[in-house]
This record gives sequence, structure tokens and C-alpha cells, in this order.
Amino acid sequence: MDLLAHLPALQVIVPMLSAPLIVLLQPRGLAWAGATAVALLSFAIAVSLTLAVLDGQTIEYAMGGWPAPYGIALSVDAFSALMLLVVTGASTAALLAAKPSIDKQIELGRQPLFYSAWLLVLSGLVGIVVAADAFNIFVFMEISSLASYILIAGGPDRRALPAVFKYLIMGTIGATFYLIGVGLIYMMTGTLNLADMEARIGDVVEINPVLVAAGFITIGLALKAAVFPLHVWVPNAYTHAPHMVTVFLAACATKVSLYVLIRFDYMVFQSKLVDHDMQFAMFAMPLAILGILVASAVAMFEGHLKRLLASSSVAQIGYILLGASLVSVIGLSASATHLFNHALAKGGLFLAVACLAYQYKDLRLDQLGGASTRMPWTCAAFVVCGLSLIGVPGTAGFISKWLLINAALQSGPWGWGLVAIILISSLMAVVYIWRIVEALYFNDPVEDDVLTSSEAPLQLLLITGLVAILNIYFGIFPQVPLELANSAAALLMEGAK
Amino acid sequence: MKLLELLGYFNYWVFAIILTVGLYAVISKSNLIKKLIGLSIFQSAVFLMYITMDKVEGGTAPIIQAGMKDQVFSNPLPQVLILTAIVVGVSTLALGLAMVVRIKESYGTIEENEILGAD
Amino acid sequence: MIPETAILAAIVLPLAGALAIALAGRISPNLREAATAITAISLIWVVWGLLPTLMEGGRPSVEVSEVLPGLSIAFKVEPLGMLFAALASGLWLINSIYSVGYMRGNNEKNQTRFFACFALALSATMGIAFAGNLFTLFLFYELLTLSTYPLVAHKGDAATVRSARIYLGVLLSTSIGLFLPAIIWTYMAAGTGDFTAGGILAGKLNDPEIGLLLGLFVFGIGKAAVMPMHKWLPAAMVAPTPVSALLHAVAVVKAGVFAITKIIVYIFGIDFLFAAPSSQWLLYAAAFTIITASLVAMRQTNIKRLLAYSTIAQLSYVVMAAAILKPLAEVGAAIHMVAHAFGKITLFFAAGAIYVASKKTEIAQLRGIGKRMPWTMAAFTIGALSMIGVPPTAGFVSKWYILAGAFEANNLIAVFTIIGSTVLNAAYFLPILYMVWFEQEKEGGKEHGEAPVLAVLALCLTALLTLGFFLFNGPVIELESQVVKGLG
Repeated sequence: MDLLAHLPALQVIVPMLSAPLIVLLQPRGLAWAGATAVALLSFAIAVSLTLAVLDGQTIEYAMGGWPAPYGIALSVDAFSALMLLVVTGASTAALLAAKPSIDKQIELGRQPLFYSAWLLVLSGLVGIVVAADAFNIFVFMEISSLASYILIAGGPDRRALPAVFKYLIMGTIGATFYLIGVGLIYMMTGTLNLADMEARIGDVVEINPVLVAAGFITIGLALKAAVFPLHVWVPNAYTHAPHMVTVFLAACATKVSLYVLIRFDYMVFQSKLVDHDMQFAMFAMPLAILGILVASAVAMFEGHLKRLLASSSVAQIGYILLGASLVSVIGLSASATHLFNHALAKGGLFLAVACLAYQYKDLRLDQLGGASTRMPWTCAAFVVCGLSLIGVPGTAGFISKWLLINAALQSGPWGWGLVAIILISSLMAVVYIWRIVEALYFNDPVEDDVLTSSEAPLQLLLITGLVAILNIYFGIFPQVPLELANSAAALLMEGAK
Repeated sequence: MKLLELLGYFNYWVFAIILTVGLYAVISKSNLIKKLIGLSIFQSAVFLMYITMDKVEGGTAPIIQAGMKDQVFSNPLPQVLILTAIVVGVSTLALGLAMVVRIKESYGTIEENEILGAD
Repeated sequence: MIPETAILAAIVLPLAGALAIALAGRISPNLREAATAITAISLIWVVWGLLPTLMEGGRPSVEVSEVLPGLSIAFKVEPLGMLFAALASGLWLINSIYSVGYMRGNNEKNQTRFFACFALALSATMGIAFAGNLFTLFLFYELLTLSTYPLVAHKGDAATVRSARIYLGVLLSTSIGLFLPAIIWTYMAAGTGDFTAGGILAGKLNDPEIGLLLGLFVFGIGKAAVMPMHKWLPAAMVAPTPVSALLHAVAVVKAGVFAITKIIVYIFGIDFLFAAPSSQWLLYAAAFTIITASLVAMRQTNIKRLLAYSTIAQLSYVVMAAAILKPLAEVGAAIHMVAHAFGKITLFFAAGAIYVASKKTEIAQLRGIGKRMPWTMAAFTIGALSMIGVPPTAGFVSKWYILAGAFEANNLIAVFTIIGSTVLNAAYFLPILYMVWFEQEKEGGKEHGEAPVLAVLALCLTALLTLGFFLFNGPVIELESQVVKGLG
């Protein structure tokens, strides 16, 4: 049996089937070990899939041998490979580091259930990425969302509950909007397969339902992706979730919805709907710009560390959307690269937050005094990832900002205006990151106890350091993500022609 | 003629109305249970839309039996889809209700404004 | 060592040194200082080892990674960068000797962080000096800002942190807001950002745009402290004196004017720029900065702030010399970097020595101090004379070349600015010298003698260099003349 050919299916099935099994692993620590092993395996599958599509080809897979229009189809191309790397990488890094932090935040008896939900989120997210038909995307989206509500509410912080409730309401509305859109398209084209939709949408005579569908799908996914101004659920959900859950979700959850959004708008609508590129740009660009500026400004005045970073995530989603809204190969490539780089930077930042949370119960900025003396390595990692978020040259963040600026300049007469916005928002990022750095390095400790070096557990610290180093590595040698992003952009624009 | 045309879309009108009613309830109600009820109404609108679209004029239930010829069936696919969506909706509702129970346990209330005031 | 390896070694060595210092600091301060010394000495060995190659006209280069198509991290050694690297690495050793005396004499905290960041800053400086294109230059430029931030904020109290915020704020926002767009524009216009003899922009831009791009560069490189982007330099004076001495008289500020000179020579090309009327404003901006900063310096009462404003004026000398756009003046710009470095580091060393020995920071307190600290004040005198440009000091040599260049270009504005500022320099340095040597100390002052011996040793060394450069400047001029060979 050729295992390799079944990789796209295994990518989803392995975490999904392991999830219920994890529940059985009651003895201490076993559930974590099991979940981590599964995550590692998923990551390995993602890496081998990436290697297979690196030359720009697309792997198609028919579930159970039923061919595409009738059976369930999966497909993996460069864009999905990049996304798979982000999702499985984030989950693996978070799980590897998670044990000490989770042990502290989640009682032992409930841990198997918690890890089981974690794997369900993972399988849902990778499912969204590999699914080639619109309805399966919906199902996987709901699997991952439902499981992630559980993860967020799983911590000791009671404020997580109303936050999750809000997330649940908005998430469900988003998913339902998407479902309405898919239904309308199905009515007009008679297919759910994305590739078929693309082919048939040109033959549709009555175009209005398709336009309505495009609106429903775009808004529904924008809700899930926390595109400004539909992001109100993000800050609370990220702030009050268990720290490791924040690492995982902040690195990839909203991005997956954005991935679907970009895919839908480019692969399905762009090619046949007249003026769709204009409409998409006019819709997405102002939201992206507002999101970048407003969310950065909010972050500049935010006093709670996690909420500050959550606001910054909204701004970063704006960058990704901005690249996509330029409707050009280089813009999309900037978007895809930023998907990857922002996951690295924000994942690293939240990992460092998890380390800090080991010493500091209260994560408001004015409570973090003396952190640099207590936790020098954590703070160093935080600074490196923070620089990457700002986009300082030599870090991963710079690469995507440079691409984005280039894309903006090539987009036409408003190019310089967009560049100005990107630069201004980078300066805003300097301000909010530096507020944290000053708090870590120069504030006096709130309590008068003796400052000794008491770092987070080694396991947590090592992964945090590793991610920080990766931020630099991909700033100097960005070839692999760049290659994936470029062929992804080429594929998407090909779909748009 | 115009009126008939509009009435021909009767199901879709109902769909749109139920959808808005549900959405309105979600947004305007402060009670979390009422929000969830609104959410369910909102979702069932979509179920109706899918059921409507599978109807083929003169079609019967899509069950193949021996000896059938030239029989017109309803489209089974949206039915299957909506079964799945209903399952998803039920799970969402269950999870939402579970959250409400936990919120009630830790805050002692299920009114949104009181919860926001509590922290 | 083959030159290509030497280039990389020059950047990696201080980096490894920073790590070694951080680790050694946990064991013992002596081991840490040994690590600094070893790193500094081997850096000199590596950097100065490149000199013969350069003298023979070699231009070793190496590419590390092509980050994006057309955008690579690459290094290339040419005479300007060679001079800057040799200067910074040489003075780092002297500065390290001085720092040990100063930091211990002052019982500063966090000395390990201090020395480690210093090594990091040197690594960034080497990267700037050897940068082969604009992107690499920008990368290390930002790294230098970031690595010097902890040094400026060293004291950690509220006032210091506020000053450090100004430092970081001005330098980062100018570099992101102006320098980066200029770089992007250059890449868009020329398709490359490689430093190439004769420039890369010739024929790619039209007249008003040239002046605009030049403006983005000059004001974007905040480290050059051309007014109004100078605010960070006085703010940075809250740092311990060795930082002000090496970084804010040599490495950081020189990185700024070095970058501007390099961009004028290798990106625009001096002939191309000379032909563009819209680039003329730079000369006026620099002249304005020279005169204004000198006037402001006259009103300062704090020694280090006076030196800071003097530095701002002197930096614009280099910018103005470069903006004269004549070969002799470009050579003068390069030499002035060296001359000013020797003189100003001596002055800062002396100011620091005074502080360690007597805790005095104000000019008015210096009455009669020459009798208590004869060595320190003798060195101070030599430094001050070099700032004015009196022979036999280094300052005279460079002013000579800049003046010669100004005459060659018939540039009367430059000539008068130089003469005017010389008068102003004399007007604020000579009274201090008089006060130090000929006035009587106030009664009831603190009893003190010379500063720690290591500190005095270091400042005597740099004072000797200031004098020595007057006599032995041949090789430097020969090296720098290569920059403009075949031009003009």
C-alpha cells in the first residue's frame, strides 16, 4: 500500500481519530504525550506534503475512491501546504511547550478531555485547509470552532465564559452566513466542489444570486477571520483563554478563515464574475486599512499584555487582507508570506507571555516590573519576536512588510498612500511593543521581594527560544515560505484569470 | 403577474423573514438563553432555504425501487447537507447552553449587562 | 586569513564576544573583561588585516543570503568602509580599557549587560561599515539603534528611560518613516541597491526627485543628526560616558555620516548629484546645522551636552564636505570622520574621568581643575584644539582638505561656514581652557586627584592619536583618494 498517496486524507484523519482515544489516556501525563505525538505526526505529514507540492503541482485526493464531483475531494496545493505548515507547526510547538502551563491551569482529571478537544481543533483546521468542497469546509469549520470554544472556556478564568459565549454567537452567525452563500451558489451551479463551481459559474445566466452569495460568504468568513470591524470577539477570547490555547489559536485559527476567504474570492468568483476584483478590492481594502490603523491605535493604549497582543493580531489580519485586496501576484504572495511570518511572531510572543504568566498572576503592563531580572531569557525571546512583529530588518516580519510595500507600490497611483499607512502602522507597532519592553526592563517590581532569576520551566522556555530563533532564521533565509507563497499566489491569480 | 411572481418565491420570503427575526433576537436580547433561541431561529431559516431548493416539480422522495421508470425525484443532496447542518446546529446549541449553565454558576446571572458589570 | 572570511569574521566575532561576555559575566568580572579585551584585539587583527588588500586596490566581497530576489545580505569592503571599520575597532580596544576603569570606578550596576551590548553594537557597526548594498546597511543600522538602546537606558531611572525613549523614537521613526521609503524608491528606480562606483541612479531620476530622494536619505539617517533630526544626541548623553565616547562620538554618529557619504558617492554618484540643482539644499542644511549647533553649544552649562552639540556641528562638517561634491572635499569628509573621532573621544574620556574623580558635570565647576588632574586636562586641551582646528592636531588636516574642496568648487558658502564655525568653536572651547588652567578653584571643594589609571591611560592614548594624525595621515589620505580616483 502506498501510504504516501493517502497523506492528504491522513492529515485530517489522524488527529480526528486520535481525539476520542486520547480521552482514554487517564494516567498522569499520558494524554499530553499522546496528543503531542499526534501533533508531531501531523506536522510530519504536513512537511512531506509540502515537499511534494514545492514544485507548484497540486495533489488531488478522492475519498474512498469516489471521483471528484460525486465523492468527497481533498486537494493540496502550495497555498494549502503553507497553511498546513502554519497550523500543524503552531499546534506542535504549543503542545510541546504546553505541559507545565496546562498542568498549572487545567485540573488533572479534565486534561484528557482538554487534549482531545485540542486535537479536534487541529483536525478541523487542517480539514478546512485540505477540503476541496464548500460544504466540507463548513463542517470542518464548525468542528474546529466548537472544539475551540471548549478550549478557550477550559481555563480557570471565569471571564473566559462570557467571552466564549460571544465568540460562539458571532462564530455561528459567520458560519451560517457562509452556509447561506454556499447554498445560493449550489442553487445556481448545482455543485459544491470548488473547482466545478469555478468552471460552471461562468454559465450562470441570472447573476444576482451569485453576487448575493459572494457577499454572504465574504462577510461570514470575515466574521470568522476577525476582519475589522467584525473582530470584537477576539480581544476577550484571546485574553482569558488558557495561555497555551492563545498561542495555538492566535497563531492560526483566524488565518484559516482568511485562507478560505482568499481561496473563495480568487478561485471561485474572481474569474467569472465581471468586476469582482474591483468589488473585492473596494470592500476589503478600506476594512484592511481601518483595521490596521484602529487596532494598532487601540493596542497603543491597552494596558493588559494579552489584550494588547490580541489587538495587534487584528491589525495584522488587516495586513494580510490588504495584500489580498491588491489583486496581484505580488500582493497575494505578500499576504501568504505574512500569514506564515505573523504566525511565527505572534506565536512566539504568546509563548513568551505563557512563560511570564508563570511568575506573574496579573499580566497588566504595570504589574510586570522586574521581569527582565527574573526571566532574562523569556524577555530576550519576547524582544526578538516583538521586533519581528514590528518588521525590523533581519527578522521574518520584515520580509512580508517589504513584499507588501512593493506590492502597494506596483498597485498604481495610490501606492505611496498605502506605503505611508504601512509605515505609520509600523511606527505604531514600535510604540506598543516598546511599552511592553519598558515594562519588562525598566519598571520597578511591584512587590518588594528579592529578585532572583526564576525562569519558566525549561520545556516551555526552550520552545519559546526556538520560535524566537526561527523568527531570525526566516528573516535571513526566507526561501522556503517565500517559494510556497509565490507559487500559491501564482495559482490563485491563475484561478482569477 | 408581478404579484404572482413574488408569491412564487414564498419560501424564500419566509426564509428571509425568519433569518432577520433570529438575527434581531440575537442582537437585541440581553438574556443569554434568549440569544441562543434567536440563534436557533436564525439557523433554521437556512434549513428552510436548503429544503426549498431541493424541491423538483413533480418529484417524489428519492428512494429507488425496483421497476421505477422515468420517475422524477427531489434532489437528495441538499437534504443530506441540511441533515449535517442540523446536527451542527444542535451541537452548537448544546454547547451554548452548557456555557450558559457555567456562566450562571460563576456569575449567578444570565443577563449580559449584569455579567459585564460583574468584572 | 582570506579577505572574504575576514569580512564575516569581523561581524561574527563581536557577536560571539557578546555571548562570551554574557556567559563570563556570571563567573567573574575579570573573566568578562578578559573576554572583551580578547574580542577587541582579535577584531583589530581581523579588520586591520584587510588593509593591505584594500591598499592594493582589492575590493573583497561576500554574499550571505539572497533574502528576496534582488535584495540580498551582502558585504563589500571599499576604502570608506575600511576606514570606518578600522577606526571603530581600534578605538573600541582603547574604549574598553577606559570602560573598565570608568565602570568600576563608578560602581555601575549591570556591567555584564553593558559590555555585552557594547560588543553587539560593534558587530552592528562592522556590518554598516562593510555593507555591500542599501538593504544590508539598513539592517545593521537598525541593529545598531536597538543594541545601543540598553546602553543609553543603562541607569534605568525614570529620567533616563524618558531620554532613551527619545533616542529610540527619533532614530527608529526617522529610519522607518524616511530612510526605508528612500531605500524602496531607490530599489524601484534603479532595480538594485548595490554600492557601485559612480552611482546607480544616473539617468534614472529627474531633477526635483533627486533633491527629494536625497532629503529622504539625509533626514532618514537620523544618526547623522542633521537638524532638525538631532534631538536624540543630547538625549543620549544620559548614557555612561564610555557609551557617549565610543558610540556617540564615533560608532553611531559616524555610522550616520558614513552612510550619507556612502550614499552620495556610491548611490547617487558625485558627478550626477553635482549636475542636479535640486541637491544644493543639502549644503545649506548642513551649513545651517553647523552654525546653529555651535551657537547652541555656547549656551550649554553641562560638559557632556556641550560636547553633544559640538558633535552635531562636527557631523554636519562631514555632511557638508560630502555635499560640496568635489573629490578633495570627499577625501576631507572621510578624514574628518577620523580626525573628529580622535578629538571627540578624547574630550568625552576626559569628561568621564572628571566625573569619576570628582563627580563634576558642569562647566562652571571646572575652575582650576587642571592642577588636580594635569594629564586628563592636557588631553582635554588637545581634544579641544583639534575641534577648533589648530595645528598640530588632527582637526587641522581635515579642515584643510574640506576648505581646499570648497575652493575647488568655488563654494563660498562652505568657506564662510567653516571660517564662522571655527570662530564659534574657539569661542566656546577657549574660555573653558582658560578656566581650567588659569583660574582659581573655589574654596571648600572636594579633594581629589586623577581618575583611575586605566581611564587616564586611555585618554592619553587618544590624545596622542590626535596629535599623531597631524603628522602621519599619509596612508589614510592615500586610501581615501581611491574613492574618488578617476573622478572629477
